[in-house]
Amino acid sequence: MLEVSGLTTKYGEISALREAGLHVGSGEVVGLIGPNGAGKTTLLNSIAGLLTPSEGSVTFEGEDITGRPPEDLVRLGLALVPEHRRVFVDLTAEENLKIGGVTTAGADRAELLEEMGERFPMLRDKWTTPAGYLSGGEAQQLAIARALMSEPRLLMMDEPSLGLAPILVDVVFDLIESLRAQGRTLLVVEQNATRMLDLADRAYVLRSGEVVAEGTGAELRGNKDLFDTFVGN
Amino acid sequence: MAELLQNLIDGLGRGSIYALLALGVAVIFGVMHLLNFAHGELITVSGYAAFWAINAGWSWYLTVPLIVVVSVATSLVIERIAFSRVRGADDFTLLLTSFGVHFVVSAVFLLYVSASFKTFARPGWVTDTYSVGSLRVEVFDTVVIAVTVVALIATTLLLQRTMFGLALRAAAADFDTARLMGVRSDSVIRGAFALSGVLAGIAGVFWLMRAGSTFPTAGINPMLKGVLAALIGGLGSLRGAVLGGFALGLAEVLLRSRLPDSVASLTEGVVFLLIALLFIFRPQGLVAVAHAERV
Repeated sequence: MLEVSGLTTKYGEISALREAGLHVGSGEVVGLIGPNGAGKTTLLNSIAGLLTPSEGSVTFEGEDITGRPPEDLVRLGLALVPEHRRVFVDLTAEENLKIGGVTTAGADRAELLEEMGERFPMLRDKWTTPAGYLSGGEAQQLAIARALMSEPRLLMMDEPSLGLAPILVDVVFDLIESLRAQGRTLLVVEQNATRMLDLADRAYVLRSGEVVAEGTGAELRGNKDLFDTFVGN
Repeated sequence: MAELLQNLIDGLGRGSIYALLALGVAVIFGVMHLLNFAHGELITVSGYAAFWAINAGWSWYLTVPLIVVVSVATSLVIERIAFSRVRGADDFTLLLTSFGVHFVVSAVFLLYVSASFKTFARPGWVTDTYSVGSLRVEVFDTVVIAVTVVALIATTLLLQRTMFGLALRAAAADFDTARLMGVRSDSVIRGAFALSGVLAGIAGVFWLMRAGSTFPTAGINPMLKGVLAALIGGLGSLRGAVLGGFALGLAEVLLRSRLPDSVASLTEGVVFLLIALLFIFRPQGLVAVAHAERV
């Protein structure tokens, strides 16, 4: 479904990402782990069109989407839950969701809103609350629900559990689990490597902008050296 | 007391026009961080359109929609020719570009039309007044205030109730994330310029009805009022811009009527002094914006 090869992205002269490659098959849950500054966010942002790679290519369902702007990609079925959630703080929870569904037709949007309300009862109670007043866990759920409003075929999430209390981290992982049960295709960046490896079908390890390892959760965890060096803890 | 009420009405009338101008400035600033010093050009250009139309025998009834249409078209053309090329540039580049647009527009009218004032007949009722108790109220002020209230309500509904309004607010808060959701930067920026053009067009109708003339640099004064009012209100805040417009209008009227005759001609200077004082004590303006961040 998603094929990334030889992707290099630079901030000025510095390459934050060097010839990174990965692939995600339909229905797969793929993890992206690695220490801070490894280039995980740069990789997701380069796929989603927020950053323009200087070399390499991104192919989504057979179509070359390298360097296409994000507003086009979401229409193709590729959505990103950005790092730090980035909910629109002045907009209500409902308005945030509507914006998430800006690419869907009016009637579908209303239906999806309904669906999100049922799926995220916690948000339903805060429908008319400006997102700036939501707790971290609520805001994260809102960010994910907002991305789901575009009915993505591939959903990318950047550190969905970052900065959340342990109990809310559980909520987020349960949510990923349920999305997986629905057969959704996910590419998830997580600093919580252990849990991500338990959940993912496969994972890639990034370090200093390069993909240094790939494998199933069990394979990556089995390689003790790799796990300790690249994942930390 | 009666005099204060009189000032209040006069100030609201004047402030209404400033509020419409400031709202247009704020909408553009919100969505692309451009402090638009070319905003007054919309009135310069539509002023010449009014001059042409009235002198060609058009009635004001026909000229009013013409002014609004010309203002919107000018706004979109300026966006296309100038601002779309510097989208995403730093604030200073955007600022200089807007100055450039101002000078180019003035120069075009100076070179190809005339350096002198072009006058046109004002509608007859502009100077009419009616009495309410001891107050003398201008018909003009009444119309201005009523139309402004309607325009502000319509703008509020547009921003609150429509997908375009939502997209505009989302883009103003965080452009990248709005694009991630699928909001098209082109349509939201052009929409903002169109909205700004409509608001300036309405303000322009009243401005031109009262002035009855235009000249190459006619845009400077309305631009200054709009930009100042937006600054007073707190840049980026739409509510603040409207508030700033009314505050500026009231301050001008109050000062003009209260200052001793010998310094009344310095009203503008005193207004600037007050604005300077405001910024010393409240640099964020009347209404602070949480996300005065680059979009």
